[in-house]
Amino acid sequence: MSVLVFVEGLNGEVKKSSLEAATYGSQVAQQLGTTVTAVAIGEVKEDALARLGEQGISKVLYDGDERLSQFVANAYVKVIAKAVEQENARVLVFSNSNIGAAIGAKLAVRLNGSLATNVTALPKIEGDSFTVTRGVFSGKALADVALTADPKIIAIKKNSIDITSGGGTATVENISAELTDADFSEKPKETVMQETDGVLLPEAAIVVSGGRGMKGPENWHLIEDLAKELGAATACSKPVSDMDWRPHHEHVGQTGITVSPNLYIAIGISGAIQHLAGVNSSKVIVVINKDPEAPFFKAADYGIVGDAFEVVPKLIEAAKALDK
Amino acid sequence: MKILVCISNVPDTTSKINFTADNKEFDKTGVQYVINPWDEYALTRAIELKEAKGGTVTVLNVGEADSEPNIRKALAIGADDAIRVNAYPKDSFFVAQQIAAVAKENSYDVILMGKESIDFNGSQVHNMVGELLGIPAVVPAFKLDLLDDSTARLEREIEGGKEVVEVKLPFIASAQQPMSEPRIPNMRGIMTARTKPLKVVEPTGADTKVDYVNYSKPEKKGGVKMIDPENAGELIKLLRNEAKVL
Ligand SMILES: Cc1cc2nc3c(=O)[nH]c(=O)nc-3n(C[C@H](O)[C@H](O)[C@H](O)COP(=O)(O)OP(=O)(O)OC[C@H]3O[C@@H](n4cnc5c(N)ncnc54)[C@H](O)[C@@H]3O)c2cc1C
Ligand SMILES: Nc1ncnc2c1ncn2[C@@H]1O[C@H](COP(=O)(O)O)[C@@H](O)[C@H]1O
Repeated sequence: MSVLVFVEGLNGEVKKSSLEAATYGSQVAQQLGTTVTAVAIGEVKEDALARLGEQGISKVLYDGDERLSQFVANAYVKVIAKAVEQENARVLVFSNSNIGAAIGAKLAVRLNGSLATNVTALPKIEGDSFTVTRGVFSGKALADVALTADPKIIAIKKNSIDITSGGGTATVENISAELTDADFSEKPKETVMQETDGVLLPEAAIVVSGGRGMKGPENWHLIEDLAKELGAATACSKPVSDMDWRPHHEHVGQTGITVSPNLYIAIGISGAIQHLAGVNSSKVIVVINKDPEAPFFKAADYGIVGDAFEVVPKLIEAAKALDK
Repeated sequence: MKILVCISNVPDTTSKINFTADNKEFDKTGVQYVINPWDEYALTRAIELKEAKGGTVTVLNVGEADSEPNIRKALAIGADDAIRVNAYPKDSFFVAQQIAAVAKENSYDVILMGKESIDFNGSQVHNMVGELLGIPAVVPAFKLDLLDDSTARLEREIEGGKEVVEVKLPFIASAQQPMSEPRIPNMRGIMTARTKPLKVVEPTGADTKVDYVNYSKPEKKGGVKMIDPENAGELIKLLRNEAKVL
């Protein structure tokens, strides 16, 4: 019996969300008094994998088959299923990314296991009972769910686990699931990555977000400059992407993406309940709005009532003055 | 072209979320239910495809009788017929098995769902159904076009970018913005919806894999600290020294 963590790579490095998964997996292994192994697929550098020892991973199984550099669900599932069998894994930990959620769902069916996505905390394990807490009702509530089958598959919400460090070095071994061309029949035609010099929104620890109060796309340099100074990703409200001021992948909320950064700065956003649904699990929320009655202030930790066009330049100046 | 659209019946996006006194169940008192917003993107895209290529759109809900107003709404928006699997949607695996059972019986060319349900927030059902039926699930897709009678071209979001995928029919896709522009039912739609077929079927004896044992609400925030706009730079210092997030 052991714990298995699936690790995703980005530009050869291990994604931050996967470091969170590795930390979570190690802590579950400690609770269960067992070992934790990671499985990595695609283009990830060996030294990046070895550094997973920092999070308590002792061994990494790696499949560097070139065909796996793009995500192909069936092929990925096969490799992970092989690792599950080899390690006799009882608990599988993923990040709740698009890839993690997809593989988790497929594995749950294939291995007859229990799946919980959007998990926010370590499990409670008592005898045979294994319960995790997950976000439901778009961040407005939490549910405790008992995972009644094995393996237990857990996809953890981003930014809900503090990454630990200080462990050792992991050994890296190869694994191969003897994939055939048929396993790649759903291979994507084309992958287009966004042009970004900054941080990816779903992974970001800090998000600077603009709403209709920004008046137009020509003013977005204010949002971008502040984001750049803070090492943040940029986001927007729904009307902003509906009007094509910003691309759709930046739209957060009930019908956009959900983010849970350490810091969310909302500028010229009123704070409609559908917007809050996508950001309400952020640790610290800052609201800048010229209307003191804007509902967003009720959900905020810090607020400034003022005109964004006067306030944001001051913030950029102050951020520049910070020693980084 | 036979298209199946799976719709979930969920609390309206503005609902206050409360639970029964023992925290074991969602408290429906005073809550308005709507078609899951993401499923509306799937539904309208299905209707657009039908309008362009011919065929039928069937909506499917796994739910109890109280979902019927929203099933009728989907018919009013333009679906041709509906199936309700008469069961409380206990967990994603249970729902996926019901959808897979209906799909096996009727062999649809395209199965559309939403990116995620806004109550369970699982993002699970589509890939589970895909695995149960052995067909691809393209999740989350924001563009869907049929190239010919046997191939579709989709664009899906991945972290940090997008992928263009071509799949053979049949396949599953989950919809998100901007796949389509949801429609409001018109008077004629509402009238004809009343007589469109809504078949109620009993669930297959499927099992569940998780148990919802308890609900709670996140801790309330401690209140907002206001900063003078003249001294806006002070905020950055507080974020570093007090909140410790910079
Ligand atoms: C089913 C459904 C789903 C939805 N999903 C989403 C979603 O996922 N995400 C989302 O964001 N919305 C969503 N919405 C829309 C939501 O209800 C709001 O309409 C939207 O969030 C408002 O966007 P906004 O705050 O940018 O604009 P507004 O509500 O117009 O607010 C603009 C704010 O800017 C302030 N402002 C104006 N000028 C300035 C200035 N110079 N300086 C500072 N502040 C200024 C104003 O005081 C105001 O508070 C959804 C709605 C529905 C019905
Ligand atoms: N009870 C249900 N009945 C029909 N379809 C559902 C049901 N629950 C979820 N779905 C579909 O599955 C998608 C993903 O749901 P979920 O996995 O719960 O996030 C939804 O957007 C719906 O299209």
